[in-house]
Amino acid sequence: MDQKAKNVTIFKDNLQNFLFVFPAFAIFCVFYIYPFYKMINLSFYDWRGIGPMHFIGIANYKELMGDHLWWDSIGHAGYITLIALTFQNALAFALAIVCDREIRMKRFYRVIFFIPPVLSEVVVGLIWNWILNPEMQNGQNIGLLNHFLYTSGLPQMVHNWLGDPKTALTTIAIVHSWKGFGWGFIMFLAGLQTIDKQLYEAARVDGAGAWKTFMNVTVPMMLPVILVVAILTILGSMQVFVLIIAMVNEGLVNHTDVPVTRIFSAMQNTNRFGYACSEAVIFGMILVCISFIMKRLSDKAKQV
Amino acid sequence: MRVNRYVFWGMTKSTLSHVFLMSVALTCMFPLFWMLRCALMSNATVFVDQALIPHHLNFGNFAIAWTKGNFAVYFLNSVIYTVCVVSGIVLISSLAAFAFSRLKFPGKNIIFYLFVAAMMIPLPGSFVALFVLMTKLHLINTRFGYILCMINVGLSMSILIFKTFFDKMPHDLEDAARIDGCSKIGLWWHVAMPLARPAIAVVVIFNSLSVWNEYILAFLLLGDSRLMPLQRGLMVFQGANSTDYPVLMAGLTMAAIPIIMVYLFMQKNIVKGLSSGAVVG
Repeated sequence: MDQKAKNVTIFKDNLQNFLFVFPAFAIFCVFYIYPFYKMINLSFYDWRGIGPMHFIGIANYKELMGDHLWWDSIGHAGYITLIALTFQNALAFALAIVCDREIRMKRFYRVIFFIPPVLSEVVVGLIWNWILNPEMQNGQNIGLLNHFLYTSGLPQMVHNWLGDPKTALTTIAIVHSWKGFGWGFIMFLAGLQTIDKQLYEAARVDGAGAWKTFMNVTVPMMLPVILVVAILTILGSMQVFVLIIAMVNEGLVNHTDVPVTRIFSAMQNTNRFGYACSEAVIFGMILVCISFIMKRLSDKAKQV
Repeated sequence: MRVNRYVFWGMTKSTLSHVFLMSVALTCMFPLFWMLRCALMSNATVFVDQALIPHHLNFGNFAIAWTKGNFAVYFLNSVIYTVCVVSGIVLISSLAAFAFSRLKFPGKNIIFYLFVAAMMIPLPGSFVALFVLMTKLHLINTRFGYILCMINVGLSMSILIFKTFFDKMPHDLEDAARIDGCSKIGLWWHVAMPLARPAIAVVVIFNSLSVWNEYILAFLLLGDSRLMPLQRGLMVFQGANSTDYPVLMAGLTMAAIPIIMVYLFMQKNIVKGLSSGAVVG
């Protein structure tokens, strides 16, 4: 076989092999790479969605730097993330530790705890919206929570949980944690089950108490898992959006806004596509920075 | 006496553990129970009757939601989207993963790392650009457009799951099939895919959950109520009939039950998939 014919066969072979990847690659280019490029590109333009596009350089970014509503929204998402990181993950970790022991009905608990995470944010948000309903009818609280507080002798606690700017965000964060803790629980439990039980035995022989064993065996062994859960919790909680619109339905705009709601409202309410894109770029960069830092931390934890 | 103290201490500890676990489990289940309870009440009793189990069970809400609430359409759409997107993802991602794992062509690694990077880099606001693109392509308000977008959402993760599986698969069977004159596409379909059932299960379950529960893209791309999936329909219904709680709860129940059923039957695979996802992350 001469060289030319050989080259043709190799080329045909490569092309055939590439065709396996082609559908995935084509969809990926059109629906991921192009929007990615277009998002950055549009962020330098003033554009109303239709009509002429005006190149305005970094004016969108400049405006964004001074946009209080935007930075407030990042703060709100940060607050929700903080509660998810501490309250939700601590609960998940505690449950996983209790479940890791020899205990009856382990499987039952595992199944139940993971039900909220498989439900959609719309379903979860609307159920809680109904439970937290602040209205009265015939002198009775129609929302379950307020009714319960009233009848159990705590009428002073009856409150418009989602309507009051002071409590709305915390309420949302707690519902978000309710939906998310089961997922952390499963990850922590999987991690705990990989720890060699002989380590606990050795610690006990050395006379370490429960707390010491926990701090010196469980936590160091679990550090990589803890960091993975932390990264995914941060990324998930910062991007929370559907749960909020299902719960408050844009009712308390300036108090429960998160970055994704701001991006949506720039795009749909004011038709400022360029500005929405610059918000999206900045938000994406913040998230990438966070996950990069966390990744470095977890690499360090793995080395130790 | 010492033994007794240990037994006593052990029993207290296990009781406390169960109290803790049980109270959390109840907190998980109670909102769902409440949803079902309210779905079985009528508009007249839901605001008055605060008994745990209503005195008159009223199944009419489901019928009302199904017909007047347009949930028959939403439900059917959700089924169509889930089936199309998931089967699309399984075919496309397994083909690509097979090539990444077994075949050679220039640029293979670069393309593969592009997919991996796409999974790592969060793109929270790319929907703005996606909306612009879909408008240009005249795919707004079409089933096809929504399905393509959703296939893209699940692609990277599924390719990774399939590739991990194919990499571990022994080469012997393939070699035998190759000697028997099986083509590359035949190797994928007749040898690799039948062996990859566990990976297929994980991919199918995860993507079914994510497509069934998806809201943002449905909100962005589908404005026509005949094309809306359940999650979008629920929000539309809530916006239009904000006080009709029993029917809304019936709709929520219809959206939640299929996903809970799938979960209960498949929970082993879900746990497996989650922990493999953790390894990736």
